[in-house]
Amino acid sequence: MAHRLGGRRKNVKKGFQFTFMVVGTSGTGRTTFVNTLCDSNVLPNKICDNPEDAHIEEGINIKPISVDLDEDGVRISLTIVDTPGFGDNIDNERCFHEIVAYLERQYDDILAEESRIKRNARFRDNRVHALLYFISPTGHALREIDIELMRRLSPRVNVIPVVGRADSLTPQELKDFKRRIMEDIEHYSIPIYNFPYDVEEDDEDTVEENSELRALLPFAIIGSDEEINVNGRIVRGRQYPWGAVEVDNPKHSDFGRLRSALLSSHLQDLKEITHDFLYENYRTEKLSRTVSGGDQEDASLNAEDMASQSVRLKEEQLKKEEEKLREIELKVQREIQEKRAELSSKEEALRSLEARLAQAQLAD
Amino acid sequence: MTNSENTAENKQTILNAYVGFDTITQQIEKKSLKRGFQFNVMVVGQTGLGKSTLVNTIFASHLIESKGRLNADEPPRQTTEIEAVSHLIEENGVRLRLNIVDTPGYGDQVNNENCWEPIIKYIKDQHSAYLRKELTAQRERYIQDSRIHCCLFFITPSGHSLKPIDIVVLKKLSEVVNIVPVIAKSDSLTLEEREAFRQRIKAELAFHNINLYPYESHEDEEQEQALNESIRELIPFAIVGSERNVVIDGKAVRGRKTRWGVINVEDETHCEFVHLRNFLTRTHLQDLIETTAHIHYEAFRTKQLLAIKGSAQPSSPTPMSSPATPSTNAGVSPAAGSAR
Repeated sequence: MAHRLGGRRKNVKKGFQFTFMVVGTSGTGRTTFVNTLCDSNVLPNKICDNPEDAHIEEGINIKPISVDLDEDGVRISLTIVDTPGFGDNIDNERCFHEIVAYLERQYDDILAEESRIKRNARFRDNRVHALLYFISPTGHALREIDIELMRRLSPRVNVIPVVGRADSLTPQELKDFKRRIMEDIEHYSIPIYNFPYDVEEDDEDTVEENSELRALLPFAIIGSDEEINVNGRIVRGRQYPWGAVEVDNPKHSDFGRLRSALLSSHLQDLKEITHDFLYENYRTEKLSRTVSGGDQEDASLNAEDMASQSVRLKEEQLKKEEEKLREIELKVQREIQEKRAELSSKEEALRSLEARLAQAQLAD
Repeated sequence: MTNSENTAENKQTILNAYVGFDTITQQIEKKSLKRGFQFNVMVVGQTGLGKSTLVNTIFASHLIESKGRLNADEPPRQTTEIEAVSHLIEENGVRLRLNIVDTPGYGDQVNNENCWEPIIKYIKDQHSAYLRKELTAQRERYIQDSRIHCCLFFITPSGHSLKPIDIVVLKKLSEVVNIVPVIAKSDSLTLEEREAFRQRIKAELAFHNINLYPYESHEDEEQEQALNESIRELIPFAIVGSERNVVIDGKAVRGRKTRWGVINVEDETHCEFVHLRNFLTRTHLQDLIETTAHIHYEAFRTKQLLAIKGSAQPSSPTPMSSPATPSTNAGVSPAAGSAR
């Protein structure tokens, strides 16, 4: 992963583009987390001042929002996809569907763009590089909805589980909760993003950093968009009658370390895995499903050589399309013929039946 | 002196000497103590909201176990199950048989359609069992009362509003049992968040006409009415439960120790546990039992008996009419032949 640093230097001026999605039931702290991360009110808090609306099941609403951040002098063009309504309905089956559909649509867009002859240089890559899943702090283990979501989504996106509203757990409860969640994840073989490293290939620092982050999973998140006064210091936090929680204090919350992993140290890694692995898998699955798979393969190969071959390509494409049309015509004609044959044989059978019937009647 | 028909019953006759019938209260008490009391409480809410812990905190002993999934091998429950546990507790010679009904699996699945049906069924079954025992020819002197006297409904501390499923279930439950909603694990909400949440919940409950205990009653005296009003202001109670002790100012109290402070469950500035506990056990225990019998059970009973009466009637008894129309009497005309 050493080239990660090299990539950063090159892109410092241009800045990075990064997209992540936040998923979790209402009240697990999604919105607050995003606002804390961006240090501004990027997402509006849920407005529930109308008592008439509480019983309405809204289904899930997938909304991307763009924000520009400056991270230690590095510009990050961040897209955050919020998913309010997940898990809040009586029947939540559809929610999974919609999220997967959204993820796949972004992949489809890239697939289509890659196969074009003339590609748009400023094409916006909207693929989701990471999905933060907010687990309710029950203190027990994963719920059915947690297991289902992570299972269904991890083939399409890097899933990073976090414990939302972690301030409702004592240190011991949090430790046990994290352990049980990881045991569940292992037991159900859910492939989450766990800061992969190779002891042999990577350097010591990387191994250490990644194994530390891995040990923190799932990240215990406490967020706040308000500032409080703690012993004279003004910090972001939450004030309770019995004490104050500081969002940026690593002893209180894993927020700081998740933020730096997401926006600086592991940003590249998440993007690479999304592109080299998750997207490739999707692409393979999708293409092996199409009937004329050969067509698209050619297109993507030649796309790399567009300048000299664009005209020839166009001709070839046209020819191929003509061929396809001809094939379809032939197929249709064949089908018509077959149907005609069927029809005539059926008529024959009918006629012979009538004949026999007539004979039988005569015999009477 | 005037229009005395009404006041005749209320007029008190003056006694000339001490009779001593005022000891009837002690006589009743003695009998009641001998018999002991029974209280049945049900807890409803998603897993992980601290239901078991709260019950154990209210009654200051380990009465029920948490039904949460604690092992990776344990599969998540697929339906709402009903589990009842019975304990005999005693305080100053007063014996209370406490039945706690837990509802693990409620609201935990991806699809929670009808997860409330087993709960409603259980409550109705208890009424049904009691009714049957009442109607038996040879019935027991003291019928074992398994009817649910109080249902604690746990609301997730999202800080936003009630969920659609909460509203559906609260509506249905409030029609058959005394409901007391609580905001679970309220130590994750700041005081402002709690208050705002509470007001929103109240507005939503009012909008859906969900009738919560304590009910309005014209029989109540001013003092009782005032107490009930103050309870209604507080509902839903924002609570925190704990079976463990923490040391505050040298004293051991039930609480939770976090990295940023110590929560004292019995401190009214930290949470409303004390109010809930007093409400359930010190002020309204008797009333909960009574309203279950007088309101919910009666409603059930009325419906059942009317239904039985309705189905017992033969289909439209034709009037034993025209006793003296010889034709009908004599002939066995198939047309006229219905009933009888």
